[in-house]
Amino acid sequence: MVRYLIPVALLAALLAFFFVGLDRDKETLPSPLIGKPAPQFTLPRVGDPAKTVSSSEFAGHPYVLNVWATWCVGCRQEHEALLQIASRGEVPIVGLNWKDEMPLAEQWLQQLGNPYVATAFDQEGRVAIDWGVYGAPETFLINAQGTIIHKHVAPMTLEIWEKEFAPLLDQTAGRK
Amino acid sequence: MTIELGHFALILAFCLTLSQAFFGLAGAAWRRPHWIALTKNAVIGQFVLTAFAFGTLMYAFYRNDFSVLYVAQNSNSELPTIYRLAATWGAHEGSLLLWLLVQAAWTLAVASFSRSIPEVVTSRVLGVLGLISAGFALFILTTSSPFARLWPAAIDGRDLNPLLQDPGLIIHPPMQYTGYIGLSVPFAFAIAAMLEGKLDSVWARWVRPWTNVAWVFLTCGITLGSWWAYYELGWGGWWFWDAVENASFMPWLVATALIHSLAVTEKRGLFKSWTLLLSITAFSLSVLGTFLVRSGVVESVHAFASDPKRGLFILTFLALCSGSALGLYAWRAPLFRTNTGFAPVSRESFLLVNNVLLVGATILILLGTLYPMFLDALDLGRISVGPPYFNIAFLIPMLPLVLLLAPGMHAGWKRASYGRTGVLLLVLLIVAIIAAVTLDFAAYGWHSIMTTVGFALAIWVGLAALVDPISRLRKGHSLSAGIIGMSVAHFGLALFVLGVTTTESYRQETDLSLRPGQSAELAGFQFTMTRLGDVKGPNFDAIESEIRVTREGREVAVLHPQKRTYRVQKNPMTEAGIDSRWTRHLLVSMGAPLGDGAWSLRLQYKPMVQFIWLGAFTMAFGGLIAAFDRRYRSRVTADAAVAATTRAKTAAKTA
Repeated sequence: MVRYLIPVALLAALLAFFFVGLDRDKETLPSPLIGKPAPQFTLPRVGDPAKTVSSSEFAGHPYVLNVWATWCVGCRQEHEALLQIASRGEVPIVGLNWKDEMPLAEQWLQQLGNPYVATAFDQEGRVAIDWGVYGAPETFLINAQGTIIHKHVAPMTLEIWEKEFAPLLDQTAGRK
Repeated sequence: MTIELGHFALILAFCLTLSQAFFGLAGAAWRRPHWIALTKNAVIGQFVLTAFAFGTLMYAFYRNDFSVLYVAQNSNSELPTIYRLAATWGAHEGSLLLWLLVQAAWTLAVASFSRSIPEVVTSRVLGVLGLISAGFALFILTTSSPFARLWPAAIDGRDLNPLLQDPGLIIHPPMQYTGYIGLSVPFAFAIAAMLEGKLDSVWARWVRPWTNVAWVFLTCGITLGSWWAYYELGWGGWWFWDAVENASFMPWLVATALIHSLAVTEKRGLFKSWTLLLSITAFSLSVLGTFLVRSGVVESVHAFASDPKRGLFILTFLALCSGSALGLYAWRAPLFRTNTGFAPVSRESFLLVNNVLLVGATILILLGTLYPMFLDALDLGRISVGPPYFNIAFLIPMLPLVLLLAPGMHAGWKRASYGRTGVLLLVLLIVAIIAAVTLDFAAYGWHSIMTTVGFALAIWVGLAALVDPISRLRKGHSLSAGIIGMSVAHFGLALFVLGVTTTESYRQETDLSLRPGQSAELAGFQFTMTRLGDVKGPNFDAIESEIRVTREGREVAVLHPQKRTYRVQKNPMTEAGIDSRWTRHLLVSMGAPLGDGAWSLRLQYKPMVQFIWLGAFTMAFGGLIAAFDRRYRSRVTADAAVAATTRAKTAAKTA
């Protein structure tokens, strides 16, 4: 009787979908912010809390925003890559220090080197919420018009930089 | 050293599950009494060893042994002792070990409380349960061992996820797991029946109490989870249609259908293959739930550390376990065909409709939960399905379900002739409609036609549930636990519908900014922020505000909502301040600081919200009463059992 085979056929179809679903890369989930204007912020500056870092300082040129924290293992992993990218001088990297302590963040930059032109101190994570951050590290690329054009979740590597960021950066610089 | 002993004990337990499976199934197949007797010993040994393994892990948490990786990841020396112990099941690895322990406990219970069941049947059931335990033990040992060491040892741990630091965590997961895994018992009974090729009313009588108890635990687990989300997430919702909530709700719906279908199989010998299918589906959905939570195929706030390797293992397990069960079903179910008829209006047809609606609701929820995954797998883009779909999709089958409950409860088997009960039900319906309209206008004010329908159905079902017990008592008839249980459970459903209708129709909420000295008004209550200050907890710092609630100048309550920051993980947590009365909740939760000492606050008024959980617990209580009906405990005489089987066989042959 064919009808008694229906349940097992349904199960097989369902399992096939799950099997495909397992292989899917969840980290490429597109940020709804891509193509939208980068959220504005003005926050205390790591290293000199009396001064502020404001998104308007970087307007008019492409820049990279990197979300990091001293408690984040992935951030330590990507630090070397960020230093190398910064040393090329192609694009300024702005740090967003997230849910952290100021002295720890200063110490980190002194010990490991500072790839950032400036680091904004977002202790409560409110700016990070505007940017749709759900974990550190995350890296955004913003073009000269102030639009977010790319987002990478997980530690930055030189390979990812060359493959994903550098072409976009050339493109937006060329258009300008 | 102890943790390695625990690991070793778990390996031994795994070996015992294999022998339990082999001797249980082979002993029954070849009728070897010695093998059957061995099975029970394996069950006891497996339970003791798993409990020991679990104990060593818990002890490592108690001792703050941060040389154990799992402890270092999920505990902290500042964490209060009770949460340190509960942290044992606070993450993936430990929760699986709890799963295995609960599985061992259920197996032990089946082995101990099955004196009235023939040895051969018990042996098969234990054998199938052994296979399931073996799968989970292997899962822990190969992909998710909580016994790994961390060298050098951490100085302190990374702390338990703050969301889980709550009394709710201590009881919600064990309850939920006990329910999930309890469904493996009817599953195993279904496999045993198909292997034997024999399924009769006696079989249904064996399975019913186990199904009821599993369902009771599952109901309590889901209810506790809902209650925990309500006050711990701080935003006052009681159900979010999150993928993981759905994963727990689908087995519940199918188990509810199974309870009703088993009634028909027991009383009338019908719906046999349907009952088998539901038994298999209920447990398969439990395993599917585990897969969804732990593999990362769907996005969810419950996200356990997801890992494709683990996902693949559960998927394989699901394929083997449910695939072979459904394959067996395709082969054996034709044996169980019956062609006893029943009239269009009868208890059977009402229960059939009940089953169709419950399964329909399950399918709608399954589609909503998996739809984003289907689209993604077919490269059609990424979307998410939200509460608006579920609220409507779920209501469509639920409305007729509740509507048909009152007449269905009082319909007779074979052919319903209502007579005087019918008149009584009509009178009750009219009373319910009048009461609903009155409640609408007098107590809360007109809202919408759906609200009135909700009230009327709740009152009608509530009253109708009492008809049977009261009339039987008046006539001096005895009242069986089965009937009391059914009435209590249906009365619970009425309370639940009442709670949901009122809360969803008349809740009020507002988001605003307050600073000390300012006040705001909601639903006739005056909320004044009197103080704002810092509080230090054992492992968190918090900002606490004091909110004085008054009504017409009289003080109603003083609430202390908090915004906590846990020191290790830095997560901000919202602790809502709740004033709880029978008929309503007032909730205040703190949002974010707005500068100058002002805070954004959310004020909520939730009428009758407690009835939602009260109703669900009442349902669970009804199920528990019914599980202890005397007829499940009496040993069925061999003659009666044989007679029933022959009857079934002749029926099958003539079919």
